[in-house]
Amino acid sequence: MRRERLFRNLLRLAAWLVGLNVLVISITLFWGASPTLRHFGLGFLWSSHWNPVTDEFGALPFLAGTLATSFLALALSLPLSLSMAILLGEFLRVGWLSNVFKSLVDLIAAVPSVIFGYWGLMVLVPLVREAEMWLMPLGQSVGIEIMPYGVGVLTASLVLAVMIIPNTAAIAREVLELVPRDLKEAAYSFGATRYEVVRSVIVPYARSGIFAGILLSLGRALGETMAVTMVIGNTNEMPANLFAPANTMASVIANELAEATTAIHYSSLVAVGLVLFLVTTVINFIGTYIIKKMTVQA
Amino acid sequence: MKISATILTILAVLGLGGAALAAEELLGAGATFPEPLYSKMFDVYYSQTGNKVNYQGIGSGGGIQQILGKTVDFGGTDAFLTPEQLAKSPDNPLLHIPTAMGAVVVTYNLPGKPQLKMTPDVIAGIFLGLIKNWNDSRITGLNPGVQLPGDPIVVVHRSDGSGTTFVFTDYLSKVSPEWKEKVGAGTAVKWPLGLGGKGNPGVAGLVQQMKGAVGYVELSYAKKNNLPYAVVKNRAGNFIVPSIKSVSLAAGASMPDDTRVSITDTDAKDGYPISAFTWILVYKEQAYGDRKASKAKALAKLLWWMTHEGQKYNADLLYAPLSGEVKTKAEKIIKSMTFNGQPILK
Repeated sequence: MRRERLFRNLLRLAAWLVGLNVLVISITLFWGASPTLRHFGLGFLWSSHWNPVTDEFGALPFLAGTLATSFLALALSLPLSLSMAILLGEFLRVGWLSNVFKSLVDLIAAVPSVIFGYWGLMVLVPLVREAEMWLMPLGQSVGIEIMPYGVGVLTASLVLAVMIIPNTAAIAREVLELVPRDLKEAAYSFGATRYEVVRSVIVPYARSGIFAGILLSLGRALGETMAVTMVIGNTNEMPANLFAPANTMASVIANELAEATTAIHYSSLVAVGLVLFLVTTVINFIGTYIIKKMTVQA
Repeated sequence: MKISATILTILAVLGLGGAALAAEELLGAGATFPEPLYSKMFDVYYSQTGNKVNYQGIGSGGGIQQILGKTVDFGGTDAFLTPEQLAKSPDNPLLHIPTAMGAVVVTYNLPGKPQLKMTPDVIAGIFLGLIKNWNDSRITGLNPGVQLPGDPIVVVHRSDGSGTTFVFTDYLSKVSPEWKEKVGAGTAVKWPLGLGGKGNPGVAGLVQQMKGAVGYVELSYAKKNNLPYAVVKNRAGNFIVPSIKSVSLAAGASMPDDTRVSITDTDAKDGYPISAFTWILVYKEQAYGDRKASKAKALAKLLWWMTHEGQKYNADLLYAPLSGEVKTKAEKIIKSMTFNGQPILK
C-alpha cells in the first residue's frame, strides 16, 4: 500500500515538474524580454527595422519569415505525407515493401537538421538558382524582381517540407489503421469502391488524428533553426517575394545571440524568442480547438 | 637493481603527484576568432608546466558577460570594451592584454581568381550597393590588366554576430562617411544589401557557389582555403597585400598604453588597413571572491607566456604575432596586475 502511494506521488511530482518547466521558461522569456517590451511596446511586433548599430529593433521581418516558410512548407509537404499515410494505413498495411516505406519515413525523422541544411545548400540551392535564372525574364515582365541567389524563402520551405513529412505521415498512418473494420466493411457492402471508402469513410473518421499530425509538423517547421539558417539567405528585411532572401525568428536568435553586446540587442533577441513561443502556443491552442470540433462531429 | 627501479618509479609518481597538486586550473571563455590559437597555446603550456587552461569559444559578447559576472578567470574578446562596459566594474578595472592580430580580406568569385586591387572607396561602394557590376570603371580603372566580366556583384556578409564583421564595418566607417552615416560599425549591422552566411565557411561557401559574388572573411580562413583576396590601398597610399607581416606592421601606429585601440585604416606605411587585435580580459586586482594567490600567479604567468614564448605559435596558425612595441605595452599591463595590492610579477 505504501509503495502504491509512493509510486503515485512520484508520478505526480514528475508531472508537476514538467508543468513547472513550461512556466519557468515563459517567465524567463518575459523577464529577459522586458527591457525591449518596455522600450518598444507593441511596436516591436509591427516594426520591420532591425538595426543593432542604432539600437532599433522590430520583429516583423522574422515573424513574416517564420510564418511564410512554415505554412508554405506545410502546403508543399501535405500531398506527399498524406499520400504516404493513406498508402501505408490502408492499401499497403503489411509486407516487406510496407516495412521499407515505414522505415524510410522514420529515417527522415532521425536525420539531424544540419544534414538537411547541408543537402539543401549543396543540392537544392544550385537547382533553385537555375530555376530562378530561367524565371528572371518572366518575373521582369510582370514586375517581380527575381535575383538568382538560390537561397531564400522558397528554398527554405522546400527543405522544411521534406523534414516535416514524417511527423504527419507517421501519426496519420497510425490513426488510419485505427479506423474500425466494420465501418469500412459496411461501406464496401453498399458497393463503394476503394477510393470512395477512403474519401467518405476512412479520412473523415480519422481527420482529427490527421490534423494532430499536421499540427506537429507545423510545430517542427516553426521552430526549425539550423536547416533554415543555412538556406534562407539571412537577410533581416521583409521578403519581397518567394524568391527573396529572408530570415526567421529561430534563425536570427541563433545567429546573433552570441555576439549581442548591448543589453537592448540581447533583450530584443529574447523578445523574438518570446514571440516565437507565443506564436507556437497560439497555433497549438487553435489546433486543439479544431481537433476537438472535428472529433465531436465524427 | 630491481628494488632501486621500484623506488625510482615511486619517486617519479610522487613527484608527478606533487606537480599535479601544485598545478592550477584556469578557465576562460570568449571570442571564437583566436580559439584555434589558444587551443594550441594551452596545449603546449599544459605539457610544459602542468597548468591546465580551459577556453570556451562562445563569442566576444559572451566572454565579456562572463568576465563581468566573474564566472571565468579571463575573457576573450575581439572588440575592446566600451566606456559603458568598463564602468560596470568601477572598483576593479578590467585590463586588456593583446595576444594576436588578425585581418579581414575581401574575397570574390571571378574567373581565373585574379588578385584585384581595391581602394577604400571601391570596397565601400560595393558593400553600399553603389557599384553594381564588376566591369564598373571604378574597378577596371584600378586593374588595367584584368579582364572583368559584366556580371552583377552579389554581396555576401556574415549572418551571425561576429568580431570579423565588427572589424570590417569599423574599417568602412572610418574610410567612408556615407557608410558611417547609413550603416555604422558593430558585430551585427543593418546591411544595405546582400545575403548572409553563417561563419567564415558560410560566407565563403556562398561566394564560391555564385559567379560574381563578393564577401569578407578572416585572412587565416582565406589562406587555409586558398581563396582569392584583394590588395587594399592603405592611408599612406600604398597597395598592401594582406599577410602576417603586413598585419603585424599595422600596429605600428601610435598605441595608447591600455592597447584599447582600433587599428583599422592604420597610418602605418606598410600596414594592411583591415587589421585588428584580439584581447584577453582580466581584473587588475586578482584578490576577488575566494581566489587564492597561487591562482592569480598562475594567471599572470600564463599571460606572460602567451605574449612571449607563446607568440611563436601565432604565425604557424596564420595569426600575426605582436610587434615589439605592442609586446612592451603588454608587459607593462601584465606587471600592473596585483594581489591584495601587491604586484604579482616582479
